[in-house]
Amino acid sequence: MTAFFESLGMTYGWAWFVATVCGILLIALPLMLAVAMVIYFDRKIWAAMALRRGPNVVGPFGLLQSFADGLKVFLQETIIPSAANKGLFLIAPIITFTVALMAWAVVPFADGAVLADINVGLLYVLAISSLGVYGVVISGWASNSKYPFFSALRAAAQMISYEVSIGFILICVILWAGTNNLSEIVLAQKGAGLGIVNGFFFNILLFPMWVLFLISGMAETARPPFDLTEAESELVAGYQTEYSSMSFALFWLGEYANVLLMCALNTTLFFGGWLPPLDIGILYVVPGFIWWLLKTAFFFFVFSWVKATVPRFRYDQLMRLGWKIFLPMSLLFVVLVSGYLMLTRYG
Amino acid sequence: MSVPHLIKTFTLYEFVKAHALTLKYFFKPKATINYPFEKNDLSPRFRGEHALRRYPNGEERCIACKLCEAICPAQAITIEAEPRDDGSRRTTRYDIDMTKCIYCGFCQEACPVDAIVEGPNFEYSTETREELLYDKAKLLANGDKWERAIAANLEADAPYR
Repeated sequence: MTAFFESLGMTYGWAWFVATVCGILLIALPLMLAVAMVIYFDRKIWAAMALRRGPNVVGPFGLLQSFADGLKVFLQETIIPSAANKGLFLIAPIITFTVALMAWAVVPFADGAVLADINVGLLYVLAISSLGVYGVVISGWASNSKYPFFSALRAAAQMISYEVSIGFILICVILWAGTNNLSEIVLAQKGAGLGIVNGFFFNILLFPMWVLFLISGMAETARPPFDLTEAESELVAGYQTEYSSMSFALFWLGEYANVLLMCALNTTLFFGGWLPPLDIGILYVVPGFIWWLLKTAFFFFVFSWVKATVPRFRYDQLMRLGWKIFLPMSLLFVVLVSGYLMLTRYG
Repeated sequence: MSVPHLIKTFTLYEFVKAHALTLKYFFKPKATINYPFEKNDLSPRFRGEHALRRYPNGEERCIACKLCEAICPAQAITIEAEPRDDGSRRTTRYDIDMTKCIYCGFCQEACPVDAIVEGPNFEYSTETREELLYDKAKLLANGDKWERAIAANLEADAPYR
């Protein structure tokens, strides 16, 4: 895109700047739209599995429900508790929302369609998703109320715990792909499964890692069954308790943008990103972005499916799962994967 | 932990089974109805909004015996009565506080002349509390409005009483 703006007579610096801003808008705006739709589909899927109908009044099939909710929330008053730390209270949802959008910079949507094609893409994702906890922790502290505070403590412990095992899982992927760049990781998955399946999941050593990654991703984004941070029976609404209006909506948007990011990472790291599922010539006729979209949508369905099926974990169970099962297992697989690669590829 | 248990745990057997079940339900017909557009059948005994009925000649049924007021467990009914010009005993005031009412149906059970009844209407939400303090005029209007449905319900339920 930089070249296009250069051809309009701009200097390279300006062309790069304009192209980057356009790229950000091209990602962020459709993403916001996608988040709105995804909230609707989440509710629909959840409802269907409980034999309910879900939202079906606003617009055809209720498709405009999220927009109606957004408009309603937008028109409401932002209530700031008198005892709250005003600055931090307002900045917390902005942090959550911004950080949730930032990580999308390195996600490849199709061949070459990536905003920042940096060679430490996976490290960047890891760093940004670690920052995500700040929004929650700050909101819990700034609310000056006990339930948000407990929720913030839980969120901090939960996200850190699961990031540890996610780190080891990503190490397995990085070792196998031999690169940190997300686009190159996708390309490394071409025919990775027996020369016919595109994706690392079709591999006896990486499949368990994918399962761990999927579950850790749910814990990382505080999706049910790991939504201990907003367990309504214990913590009212967790860190969102004191929030209203747009600040609440920003949390909501950020949360779902994070969930979508986890779906996109599942797609990118284990299911061959924009590549078709099978390495067959005719399947490459379909544009890469469509494959990416289908896979990501599938993973979102899985996220909703799990939400509708599994009851919420107890907090000690969550910690036990993270530290006593996921961590040793991912460590074991780092050893197995690196050992296998030493034997076959680098030995 | 036994070996089969370990295998079950690490293959997430229970979870896979549970997800298969929810996926089955995902495609099943929905149990809920489209409420404002579709409604469920109501029993003839359904206890909804109150109404004061009249005789076919237009005379109000209520004779101000105050049995309903006496039996009302929520004490939602207030009645005042005095003889009318023609000498018959009638209410001058018949109020029901719908916010107190627990819809037990004792008032219609107690009524010797089937005057106070709970009709089939349940869609009478209001925007203010005051609108739910029903007076005699409102109750009689309800009776006029719902008479056909109420009479049909009473007739349908009569063999079981």
